[in-house]
Amino acid sequence: CNKDLDRSPTYDLSTDAVYKDAAGYRTVAAKAYSGFAVTGPSGPDASTGDVLGIDQGSSDYIRQLWSAQELTTDEAVIQWGDPGVQDWHNMNWTSSGVFIQGLYSRILYEITVCNSFLAEATDDKLSARGISGADLADIKAYRAEVRFLRALAYYHAMDLYGNPPFATETDPIGGTTPPRQTTRAELFTYIESELKAIDADLLAPSQNANQYGRANKAAAWTLLAKLYLNAQVYTGTARYADCLTYAAKVIDTGGYSLQTTATNKATAYARNFLTDNNTSPEIIFPIVYDGKRTQSYGGTTFLTHAAVAGTADANWNPTKYGIGAGWGGTRTTPRLFQQFADTAADTRGRFVTGGQTLEVASQTNFYNGYVPIKFKNVNSAGAAGTDATFVDTDYPMFRLADVYLMYAEAAVRSNTNVSQALTYVNLIRSRAYRNTTAGNITASALTTDFILNERSRELYWEGTRRTDLIRYGRFTTAAYLWPWKGGVAAGTSVPDTRNLFPIPSSDISVNPNLVQNPGY
Amino acid sequence: QAQTGSVSGRVLDEKNTGIPGATVLVAGTSLGVSSDVDGNFRIANIPAGPQTIVLTFVGYNEVRRPVTIVAGQNVAVSAALTVNATELGEAVVIGYGTQRKQDVTGAITTVNAKDFVQGQVTNPEQLIQGKVAGVQITTDGGAPGAGTTIRIRGGSSLNANNNPLIVIDGVPVDTPSGTGNYNVAGVSNPLSLINPNDIETYTVLKDASATAIYGSRASNGVILITTKKGSTGDKLTVNLVSNTSLAARYNSVPVLTADEFRATVQAVAPQQVGLLGTGNTDWQKQVFRTAMSYDNNVSLTGAVGKLPFRASIGNLEQQGILITNRLIRNSGSLSLNPVLLDNHLRINANVKGTWVDNNFADAGAIGSALAFDPTQNVFSDNAAYANYFQYLQGNGTPQQNVPTNPVATLQLQRNRSTVKRSIGNVQLDYKLHFLPDLHANVNLGYDVTRTTGTNLVDARSAGAYFNNPLDPANTTARGGSYNYYSQQRNNKLLEAYLNYTKQLSETSRLELLAGYSYQDFVTTAPAYANYLGDATTVRTLAPNNPFRTQYTILSYYGRANLTLNNRYIFTGTLRNDASSRFSPDNRNALFPAASFAWRIKEENFLKDNKAFSDLKFRVGYGITGQQDVVAAAGSDYPYIQRFQLNVPTAQYPLGGVYYTPYSPLGYNSNLKWEQTSTYNAGLDFGFFDNRLTLSADAYYRKTTDLLAVIPIPALVNFTNRLVSNVGSLENKGIELNLNGIAIQSEKLNWSVNANATYNVNRILSLGPQAADFQGIENTTIAGGTGTNIGNYRVGSPSSAFYVYQQVYSANGKPVDGVYVDTNGDGKIDSNDRRIFQQSAPKVLLGFGSNLSYDRLSLAFSLRANLGNYVYNNVASNLGNYQGLVGSTNFVSNVVRDANNTGFLNSNQERYSSDYYIQNASFLRMDNVTLGYNAGKVLGGKGSLRLSAAVQNVFVATKYTGLDPEIPNGVDNNVYPRPRTYTFGLNLSI
Repeated sequence: CNKDLDRSPTYDLSTDAVYKDAAGYRTVAAKAYSGFAVTGPSGPDASTGDVLGIDQGSSDYIRQLWSAQELTTDEAVIQWGDPGVQDWHNMNWTSSGVFIQGLYSRILYEITVCNSFLAEATDDKLSARGISGADLADIKAYRAEVRFLRALAYYHAMDLYGNPPFATETDPIGGTTPPRQTTRAELFTYIESELKAIDADLLAPSQNANQYGRANKAAAWTLLAKLYLNAQVYTGTARYADCLTYAAKVIDTGGYSLQTTATNKATAYARNFLTDNNTSPEIIFPIVYDGKRTQSYGGTTFLTHAAVAGTADANWNPTKYGIGAGWGGTRTTPRLFQQFADTAADTRGRFVTGGQTLEVASQTNFYNGYVPIKFKNVNSAGAAGTDATFVDTDYPMFRLADVYLMYAEAAVRSNTNVSQALTYVNLIRSRAYRNTTAGNITASALTTDFILNERSRELYWEGTRRTDLIRYGRFTTAAYLWPWKGGVAAGTSVPDTRNLFPIPSSDISVNPNLVQNPGY
Repeated sequence: QAQTGSVSGRVLDEKNTGIPGATVLVAGTSLGVSSDVDGNFRIANIPAGPQTIVLTFVGYNEVRRPVTIVAGQNVAVSAALTVNATELGEAVVIGYGTQRKQDVTGAITTVNAKDFVQGQVTNPEQLIQGKVAGVQITTDGGAPGAGTTIRIRGGSSLNANNNPLIVIDGVPVDTPSGTGNYNVAGVSNPLSLINPNDIETYTVLKDASATAIYGSRASNGVILITTKKGSTGDKLTVNLVSNTSLAARYNSVPVLTADEFRATVQAVAPQQVGLLGTGNTDWQKQVFRTAMSYDNNVSLTGAVGKLPFRASIGNLEQQGILITNRLIRNSGSLSLNPVLLDNHLRINANVKGTWVDNNFADAGAIGSALAFDPTQNVFSDNAAYANYFQYLQGNGTPQQNVPTNPVATLQLQRNRSTVKRSIGNVQLDYKLHFLPDLHANVNLGYDVTRTTGTNLVDARSAGAYFNNPLDPANTTARGGSYNYYSQQRNNKLLEAYLNYTKQLSETSRLELLAGYSYQDFVTTAPAYANYLGDATTVRTLAPNNPFRTQYTILSYYGRANLTLNNRYIFTGTLRNDASSRFSPDNRNALFPAASFAWRIKEENFLKDNKAFSDLKFRVGYGITGQQDVVAAAGSDYPYIQRFQLNVPTAQYPLGGVYYTPYSPLGYNSNLKWEQTSTYNAGLDFGFFDNRLTLSADAYYRKTTDLLAVIPIPALVNFTNRLVSNVGSLENKGIELNLNGIAIQSEKLNWSVNANATYNVNRILSLGPQAADFQGIENTTIAGGTGTNIGNYRVGSPSSAFYVYQQVYSANGKPVDGVYVDTNGDGKIDSNDRRIFQQSAPKVLLGFGSNLSYDRLSLAFSLRANLGNYVYNNVASNLGNYQGLVGSTNFVSNVVRDANNTGFLNSNQERYSSDYYIQNASFLRMDNVTLGYNAGKVLGGKGSLRLSAAVQNVFVATKYTGLDPEIPNGVDNNVYPRPRTYTFGLNLSI
């Protein structure tokens, strides 16, 4: 009877059973992708997801990334009191904070999933498992994409935490040896080399629906452009010329163009944040959601619900947003509203103001602060999504407007191709001003400050604000203040150490290789 | 032609009252009976000639009466049994067999049927609540068949199962501790599937020397349950037990009445007055009711020829006090225990079967009944919502994120399950013909459960209004939900052991035992789609994979008992367990135990001492294990790298094709047993011919390689927290158990039982920690996502709270938002929380009294927990005016504490204030029973006993919430435990 002790799961597969054929590889590659969108294998309402020690809905990659990038800035405040939520905006997060740990764990979990896939997708193993022909080419493309996803996750780890632990597919999983710590500069070089190395295997940039959602060459180039734009921060050495090179590669493929067609229900700009934004020509890399099949309490479900009042009244009609009810959480500070000289003319400046105050006297009062209108669960024709809770809208991780603005900033900062930059900026401006030149600017107006403000107008609530403010030296310093920055109503500077988040104490406790970021 | 005669008579105790259930045998034959309720017996068909009648009863000296049977005649034999001073004859059930009580070396407590808790007892474990030192039994609430938390000598584990092993008639039963399909589906408490009326004795094994024979499942103690049996030669006896009960709430959560609420809204939030309704509703009154129960049991005991048997059927129909809540249990049991082959083969066959129909009620309605606006009426005239009042939007659809009418919640849901369980075994004990000292014992058992259930939420239910079909094209179907579930559990057991007993001399003996055990557990559950309230429109697809899990435990065990001079008793046990839950490298573990007892009373210097009738010293040490990792790991395969197929709501589209990902799961290939070392020392005293007995035990238990879910280094596994063997914790304590006969006379008798337990629990280590590591937070509360109220921290009890220290004003009121800066860093943040009090009681006290005068008897039992604190989550949620000002669309009720604190809003930090940690020490009178023995009825053919019982008579406590007795220390709308009045009759024919 001793062999009866070798019980193995009936339905859960072993490593060899999963990777037995190309279809199996695709299901794990899909896992690597879904790590950005869903919170666990058992769905949003299960008791636990991939990341433990944090509410499953809050553990979503995009929700947390968004919180770290937006709630910490002038672009967003939140009403809720979950332990640690207010720390984002008050800039008093600690190394033991639930969200500091949760975001870190989510990013490094994603890297672990990618590492395990890549360890099973070496040429040797693919050949040993008899994967050949068209399947082999397809899996190699997926392999490159998973390397891209890992690079993206490492990029987030580098941007947010600076010096995270580091492991690749050659490091064992399931052991007890804790990984070594890397440095921000070293990680920069690694991400750069990875993104360049996979270029040949990635799919070509394309609007073809049959590769929608997959990371292609343009996604890697966009990430390289982001990397180079912020190189000064990450490595101490500016790389604006490289940023220009890769931004130009994205722009010049011709694969992408701004969405310039409005409908009678939605402006051209707004269509990038509706349920049919999968048809937008400007989204380079989306995180895909579906109200029935890709459900999460994070992502665009969070972004849509949190910005709608929790109770319906004259100013709030949840059905306008395609949802049953709002969660009454997120608003913005006056700074974002004030970026728009004329919110009627600039179609991007859409806010709910009725019943709301402009000033944020209290972060925990939903009616303090205007609410930007961005993500909705309706399509360009105004029809509601497939589910009243889970939103169909995709999250635009990278879109062309961002690349235009990165190009412009690198150009202005390096004083190269500035006129081309002006053209790109005015493409964005004219789309915002209903395809007119009313908002166009002149070359003299194209300053770095203008670009920062334009990034806020164009890309607010899309998860780039913290990185932008740090690049401009305005995140922690007194150079730029906003309500409740540093936990003070008028705003105050905080130590520069807050440009990085701390390594969670939960990981430092168990990984003796880790050294805490300075100041924590 | 009749060559047989009969014997009849009465078995009496020392007070000349009849002893029911005494065994009367004709020596050397298989003839015998049990005495009836009055102690009367009659044995027919006794071969004529000289015979010896043997009368025995547990705790009494055996009486042997030689008689001469004359064919066709009856001989009258009556005997008064005397209490066995040293209880020499009493056999105690232990692991794999029985032992003479005098030879017991471990910490064992036995509770017999006559000492069981009286009244309406639905779950078997409630029979011994408060009766055994060191055993804490806490129901999860007042629902029929509610779950129970059993702790023997404190919890030995952090995240693994802390429930004791329960063995019924030699079959370790399945009392899983996990969630979902890792638990018995469709039932709150798997033990409620056993009819308490079939139980004869409980034996609680507490220390390692007693439990180590059960090895890897014994760390939290073992409870052995023996069911009632027939015996050879029994006259056919019919026993009818019928209880009728009425259960009613005796207190309510102090929320504001409608008028008080109107006045408070006017005073605090006058701008909200327009939201008030015109009604006057006590919502607690609306959702609760006075509930009836009917519990009828019939048993037939006797023998057909040489086949003694007991058969019983039971029917229980119990209403819960929460409307719509109900439990129906039909149970049957049959036991056969023939002795064959010239007394060489004893067969013990038991089959128990239960069919339970549950109607669950949504306990969430208990909380919403507190908060729902008392000025709103229960009903409206809106048929779309079944004429219940609900908050609606302008377009007539229900508002979301608003309270829903609790009466509607209950009435518009039908959550039913049917659970069938059968436990059975056949045990063969063969005394070898050529070597009668050697017994071979084989036990084959099974434990199977079948569950089906449905949960229907009516489409008119406001909370489910926005549920829509999977198919986006279907725009007509809407609302409600319908789930179907089923589960099959198949567990089997094979045990075999050899038992060799050798009487070495008059006063010395040796007993050896060696055995093998194989137990296998399989659970399967199909996957079903979810539907809308119409039960036909698919809402979500079925998960891709059904559920199946299996684990196996294989064991070898041995025991040696050596008694020398009736004074020195040595016991050694050794068990080797192998569990499929661990990798082959870590699978096997040895669990040794050794103990020694010294019967000091038998020494010459005490032998003639009149005051001491017994004195025994016991000491023992042993190691037990814990292999139930499911609660911590969520799987029976925690060491295997697995990939789980995502559910249909967690797909991901690539290129327009929806892929169902395979998710790698975290695993710990090094996972191994958690081990608990126990030291125990005890003294058993008997005074005045054992009229007063006292047992005192001191113990120290240290658990190492704790199965705990702890943070692990990032990037090394597919999770950030993994079940691991880390750290250690200890429990140490003292137990006292006292039994005494205070008054003993012809008519008036009074006996008492008292027990006391003191337990200290402390975490000793949690593995490596950074200097600023705050511990592992645990125990979520309601209100605020992610707020935990407990913290595992080295040096603290595992049930400690983790809170801010509230600052109070001069008049003693908590100052809003002001807490002590405990770490002195000049700011108040989450690091200022501190360890404060604990939810586990430090002291348990139990007291039982049984007073009888002639035919009347009065019994009561008291129970107290001291040093236990409760987080009053009801007050932290509703003890502020958030309900009045929190929404522009509705107002909701508050508890009276809001008027005391004056807190205007809810506040997240305040949830962690120690203001809500309240002393929940209590004294509860569990039970008062008045009995009347009506004596002979039905023309002398039957005897009748009547009883009236009140359960949950009173609770004395400082705790301000509804009930201080909360299993995990968080009081969040616990189902109220009602006061129950039971009228019972017990008729024997």
